Amino acid sequence: MKVYIESDNIISPLGFTTGENFSALLECRSGIKFHKDKKYSQNDFYAAIIDDIALDDHFSEIADPTGYTRFEKLCISSIAGALKQSSVDIESHRTVIILSTTKGNIDYLSETSETLNPKVYLWNTAKFLKEYFKSRNDVLVVSTACISGISALLMGQRLIQSGIYDNAVVCGCDIFSSFVLSGFQSFQAISHSPCRPFDADRSGISLGEGCGTLILTNSKPEKSSINIRISGGAISNDANHISGPSRTGDGLTIAIDKAMGEAVFSPDVIDFISAHGTATPYNDEMEAIAFATSGLLKSSVNSLKGYFGHTLGAAGTIESIVTLESMRQNVVIKSIGYETSGVSQELNVAKSNIQTQLTHCLKTASGFGGGNAAIVFSKVENE
Amino acid sequence: MDELILKVKNEIITALKLEGMTPDEIDTDAPLFNEGLGLDSIDALELIVLMDKNYGIVVEDPKVGKQALESVRTMAEFIKNNRKS
Amino acid sequence: MNSRITQYCIIRNGKIFLNGEEFFSNDIAESPLVFFKSALKHLNISYPKFYKMDSLSKLAFLASEVILIQDKARGSFPNDRVALVLSNSVSCLDTDVEYQKSISDRNNYYPSPALFVYTLPNIMIGEICIRNKYQGENIFFCSEAFNADLIYSYVNMLLQTNKADKCITGWIDFLGNSYEAVLFLIEREGNSNTIEFNIENLNKLYKGI
Repeated sequence: MKVYIESDNIISPLGFTTGENFSALLECRSGIKFHKDKKYSQNDFYAAIIDDIALDDHFSEIADPTGYTRFEKLCISSIAGALKQSSVDIESHRTVIILSTTKGNIDYLSETSETLNPKVYLWNTAKFLKEYFKSRNDVLVVSTACISGISALLMGQRLIQSGIYDNAVVCGCDIFSSFVLSGFQSFQAISHSPCRPFDADRSGISLGEGCGTLILTNSKPEKSSINIRISGGAISNDANHISGPSRTGDGLTIAIDKAMGEAVFSPDVIDFISAHGTATPYNDEMEAIAFATSGLLKSSVNSLKGYFGHTLGAAGTIESIVTLESMRQNVVIKSIGYETSGVSQELNVAKSNIQTQLTHCLKTASGFGGGNAAIVFSKVENE
Repeated sequence: MDELILKVKNEIITALKLEGMTPDEIDTDAPLFNEGLGLDSIDALELIVLMDKNYGIVVEDPKVGKQALESVRTMAEFIKNNRKS
Repeated sequence: MNSRITQYCIIRNGKIFLNGEEFFSNDIAESPLVFFKSALKHLNISYPKFYKMDSLSKLAFLASEVILIQDKARGSFPNDRVALVLSNSVSCLDTDVEYQKSISDRNNYYPSPALFVYTLPNIMIGEICIRNKYQGENIFFCSEAFNADLIYSYVNMLLQTNKADKCITGWIDFLGNSYEAVLFLIEREGNSNTIEFNIENLNKLYKGI
C-alpha cells in the first residue's frame, strides 16, 4: 500500500504557511536573529524565535489567543493550516493525529513534582488536541528527541500500511525555552553566531521553535499534478553513547541502508539529502561518514538549521516539508552558513540554490539517546 | 596542596556519581578520561560546572578545560591558581 | 503465525516479578532508589553507568536486565534485529523538575549537563541499547495509561514486516515516589509453550499482579 503526503504546513519565524517559508528560503532569508532577552538567558544568544504579536495576529483568525499556550497556538495553527488544503476528514474514525514533541508545554514546568501544572503532561496536550479537533481517535504522542519528527512520520506511514488508519495528521512542534537553551549552553553546544552546518568554522547549534504538519493518506491525491509518497524509512540506534554521536556513523548508516532497502533503491538514485546538520563538530562529521559509507557522496546535501535553527521535535517535520516543496519545484535550497568543508568526506553541500530534477530524496536525523532515523520521499507523476 | 587534592577527589566522586569509589582509589596523576577513571564527555562538562559552582572558575575555552582536566593533580593546580571562592 | 510473549517483568511496590513469579523483593526500602540499588545488587551486575542514570532509566534498565537474564549472547555483538518500543504517562517529568530547580534561581544557576541529557524520555532506550549493543528500531510513546492496542499494533507491524525479530516493549513510569515497570520480550519465533502476543494477553499481564 502506498502512502502519500496530501498537504502540509510550516509555522516558523519565516512565515505561517509552507509557501511563505519556502519563499524566504529561496531568498536565503534566515529566521535566526540575535537576542538579548533576560527572560530566556542572562547571556545574549542567537535563535529562531517566532514573534509573539505575529503569532497572536495569525491565531486570532482561528480563535481568541487568550487562554491558549504558545505550544497549543502553534499546533492548532499548523494543523488548521494543513487541513485547509486537504480533503482528509480529521473527525473520521479512519484518521489519527500524531504529535511529535520533545518538551510540549515546557514553559509551564514548576520546581516540584507535587505541584505540576496539568499542562506539562504530554498526554494531556494530546487530549487537548483531540478535543479541539474533535478527533475520534486518541492523539498519539511520539517523543524521541531530535528524531521525533521522522519517527512520527514513519509511525503514521506504518499504521496506515498496517490498515489501522487511512489518514494520519503528523504534527511536530517545540517551543523555544530557557529550559532547553540553558541545557545546550551547559553542553557548550550553542554557537556564538548563526550556526554553520558542515562548515570548517562551525561551532555549535542555534536553537529555534516552530511547527510542521503533514497529512498522510493511502489514497492518491487527485488535485495536484505531482504527488509524493513515502517510499521507505527506518529508525536505528548507535548503542554507543547517550549524548555523543557515534564516531563511525554506523547507526545512521543502518537507518539509511534499511530505508533505501525498503524503497528498493540503490544510493545512486537519491538526488538529494536533507541532512540533520546541527553544526556541532561531531554530529556533522558523523553524518558525513555515514553518507559516504552508504554510497551517497554524489547526492546534493543541505542542512536547514541555518534558517530555522534546531527546532527539536519539529525539525523532522519542518525539514521534510521543505524537502517535499523542493521536489515539487525541483530546487535544492542553499545550505546557509556553509562556505568551506569542515568534514572529512567530500559531500556535495549546496552553496547556492540549485535547479535540478528531484525524484527521490532522503531526509535524515540523529539525536540524543543515540537515535537515528531516515525517510525516503519519491515523486509519483500523475498520468 | 594534598588537602586540595583530597577535596577535589571527593567532589569528583559526588558530582560524577562514582558509586562505591573512595578517594584512595583515584590515582592523582592518572588520566581522568578514557583510560584511568574512564570518564566521558558529559563527565568533562560536569567537572567544568563543578569548578564554577565550588570555586567560581568559569572555563569558556575548551582547550583550557582539556588541559586543566588531564588528571586530578592538574585540576587541583588549576583550581589553586584560578579560584575566586 | 502469531508472535509470543517469551519473558515478562513487572516492577511495583518494592517487588520484581519475572514471568509471574516473585524474583526479588525489598518492600522495606526507604525510597525507590534504594530499592533499585538493592535489585541491581541482587542481579549481581557491575555496571558503573547505572549510578549515573536518572530514576526512569534505572527502572527501565532493571526491567530489561530481568527479562534478558536468559539471553547469554546479548551484548556480545551488535544486533540491529532487536527493537525497543517503550511508553509511559509522565515522560521524563521527574528529571525535568530536578533540572528546572538547577536553573530557576539566578543566584544559584548551575545547569547540569549530566541532568539535562536525561530530560528526554528516549534516553532510557539509549541506555538499554548501549548495554546490549542493540541497534534496531526504537520509539517512545506517551499515553495517559498503558495502551495495549497501540503497543500491539506497532510491535506486531515491526515483527510482521520483518523490521525486527524480537522486541522489548512495555511501560516504564517514574515520578516522585511512584513508579511502575511492565516490560515484555516479544519474539516472532517464540516457543509455542509461551504466551501468545495479543492485546488481551498484554492487558491481562499488565493488570496481573
